[in-house]
Amino acid sequence: MATAVLRPAPQIVAHRVDPAPRGLMSWLTTTDHKRIGILYLVTSFVFFILGGTEALLIRLQLGEANNTLVTPEVYNQLFTMHGTTMVFLFIVPVLAGFGNYFVPLMIGARDMAFPRLNALSYWLFLAGGLVLYGSIFWSPPEAGWISTVPLATSTYLPSGGVDAWIYLVHLTGIASLLGAINFYVTIVNMRAPGMSWSRLPLFIWSIMAYSLLLIIAIPVIAGAVTMLLLDRHFGTHFFDTAEGGSALLWQNLFWFFGHPEVYILILPSFGIFSEVLPVFARKPIFGYKAIAASTMMIAFLGLLVWVHHMFTTPTPLVVIIFAMISSFLISVPTGIKIFNWVGTLWEGAIEFKTPLMFAVGGIALFTIGGISGVFLAMFPVDWQLSDTYFVVAHIHFVLVGGSVFGIVAGVYYWYPKISGRMMSETLGKWSFWLMFWGTLITFMIQHSLGLDGMPRRVYEYPDVGHLQLYNQISTVGSWILGLGVLLTVINVWRSLSHGTIAGPDPWKANTLEWFTPSPPPVNNFDEIPRVRSLEPMKDIRREVERQSKEGAGARPQVPGEVKVTA
Amino acid sequence: MLAGGLSIALVLLLAPSALAGSIIPESGGSPAANHISNLYTITLYIAIVIFIGVEGTIVYCLYRFRARRGREAKQIHGNTRLEIGWTLGAAAIVVALATITFLDLHSIRDPSNSGPGGLDLSNGVQYETTGALKPPDGRALTIQVNGAQFYWRYTYLGVSSNADGLGDPYTYYQMVVPTNTTVVLKVVSQDVVHEWWVPQLGGKVQAVPGYVSETWFKIAKPGNYKGQCSFLCGRGHARMIAEVTAVSPQKYTSWLAQLQSNLTAADINDENCRKELAQGNGPQSVEFTKDC
Repeated sequence: MATAVLRPAPQIVAHRVDPAPRGLMSWLTTTDHKRIGILYLVTSFVFFILGGTEALLIRLQLGEANNTLVTPEVYNQLFTMHGTTMVFLFIVPVLAGFGNYFVPLMIGARDMAFPRLNALSYWLFLAGGLVLYGSIFWSPPEAGWISTVPLATSTYLPSGGVDAWIYLVHLTGIASLLGAINFYVTIVNMRAPGMSWSRLPLFIWSIMAYSLLLIIAIPVIAGAVTMLLLDRHFGTHFFDTAEGGSALLWQNLFWFFGHPEVYILILPSFGIFSEVLPVFARKPIFGYKAIAASTMMIAFLGLLVWVHHMFTTPTPLVVIIFAMISSFLISVPTGIKIFNWVGTLWEGAIEFKTPLMFAVGGIALFTIGGISGVFLAMFPVDWQLSDTYFVVAHIHFVLVGGSVFGIVAGVYYWYPKISGRMMSETLGKWSFWLMFWGTLITFMIQHSLGLDGMPRRVYEYPDVGHLQLYNQISTVGSWILGLGVLLTVINVWRSLSHGTIAGPDPWKANTLEWFTPSPPPVNNFDEIPRVRSLEPMKDIRREVERQSKEGAGARPQVPGEVKVTA
Repeated sequence: MLAGGLSIALVLLLAPSALAGSIIPESGGSPAANHISNLYTITLYIAIVIFIGVEGTIVYCLYRFRARRGREAKQIHGNTRLEIGWTLGAAAIVVALATITFLDLHSIRDPSNSGPGGLDLSNGVQYETTGALKPPDGRALTIQVNGAQFYWRYTYLGVSSNADGLGDPYTYYQMVVPTNTTVVLKVVSQDVVHEWWVPQLGGKVQAVPGYVSETWFKIAKPGNYKGQCSFLCGRGHARMIAEVTAVSPQKYTSWLAQLQSNLTAADINDENCRKELAQGNGPQSVEFTKDC
């Protein structure tokens, strides 16, 4: 029986701590993964607000039949900017932000594998965002976030908007690619002693899947937008059918990236669900191996399903059937995840803290998006539903319910670690209920809009049937949702100065980031604890408790130290 | 939530047809649309059961297992038998859905023969369809649908003897077809990607430049069926509307003859105008009398 000496979490003392650098220059030149993480989080939330504002303007325009609030040109620009912003400038980088901050902390590392490359990723991402938003002073892109050719070629959209979009995809793409390689190398090489693959936190598994998918998918979209750039300005004809190219090639290349992208957007949020639920149900995660395996399974199958975005194209039937079957198959690992999350709640002692509410609410909303996805995977049914508001409803239940609720759960869960202060529970719960009902009201009725014959990406609709009523319900919901998001932003801002001091481990959580003080010092860990299970913090707390009970008589207790028996 | 789901199910059982356009897709125009609607409805029943099962269990857990005095969380890590069970269960549902899709596929995708009261397509080979989609007897009225920014043009193929369809009559915006007749559409585009969609007649097909997409319908009831382009094609996308008008075969035949003679007259008029212009009698000159 070996014994080791371990200090309890609150009393960690560093041997030598350099004062944290301060001032603007220290942020511009930082290579600390935590600071880069904060830069990612703050920047992507700014883009979230911009993308959300565009969404509210879209909903205002559609709030009335035959509305003329914005011109068709501006409307097309709004939804193009909204989709592009949310995908490339909010969800992917905000997840990179959480990954940057928490991957090293959760696996017990002192930084990412390549800190300077990490800083480069952030600045490239910011450059991509600035290029896209710079275009609003000239001519923003208006071909949708999928920039389908031939509409996106110079014949039909000669202005620079599509070029700004191309540079955005390139810059954020390189940023994501470098970030993904960094995550992969860090996770493979820098785990704490004892942290085998079967003790890897589920959030880390999901970042692993996120990284692998980015490494596979990004080169394809980078190649595709390069071809588009060449077609637009250098006289090539990759997508010009009349000259021997193919307009369908774009759709294949784009969706080969585009569908894995959806899993890139959602798997890390699933990882956050899997971290938050066991902490607040006070119970181990149900079926750890099944959840980890299903994450990798979804990532793999996600590479085979892109043709389900092309069911209405002139594509051979056998390819379409393959895409239907592979899409159906994805619903099995996805279902397994949901069942395991419910299994984690089962027989628990659920504490209704804001992170848990966002996690459970997100799962409940995502389930709706998952079910509507099954309708869309059946290609004859998709022939009716494709490119209508039914699809808009589906992606928003998946990406708002799944991704955004996971992200907000992560904000409430990890804010104490990042800032050292708790967020307001009252504001948090108000924000949750507004966002939950806002999402339901905005997007549930959009299924009916699609079934009623309303295509997506139209700037106006006639006042027939229930179209106007349904659209008005959706518009009202969008403002409720927006108000909910605003409350969380206010909460983040206000808690910086008003929040109660959190301490290292306010939630009594399971993973290693809670071993460090809040906020963690520059080097994260003076002493990296040996990991003996999936829930190292639970072991440490148990040991502290056991020894403080029996400890007094056994030997003189050294303050700040506990004995861990292996 | 449970009550809501049950009431939806109840309403569905009582009056499925009344709900087209809000809970189930529009149908009623053509067999393909009806079969898609049926397939959707079966899936919806399965979906409602899954929805109530999952969401109901979540709500039950939140109530039953909420933290309160004396409540201890049970430290279980999983249940292999249960996990294998729900994996197989999910797989079984997927297999069932794939099966019903394949059972319905033929009647949705493949055209059926024209009905008894349909247009007589027996005289002349010009109505034989050449593409992949054809009814068992090989005879269908073939119409080319051409998408352009921001309008649809319909060419009624096989009327003239030109194989390229150049001499055939055409209309814009409104397509006129005979009832009880199998109509195969060849959907093409002359500029960007468009998408043909008339909800009551069936699913959509993309019009991709350089490709020919096919779809079909067979309308039993005379009337107007409205649709619009459903794939972003530019600033006028929302106004790229379409209408299919079904009339009796007799009316169709006379309408087509009238259209043909109107077009011929217009062509002759154009020819004369061109001649006058060539002679220098432009619209600004006093001698210019033609309606050009």
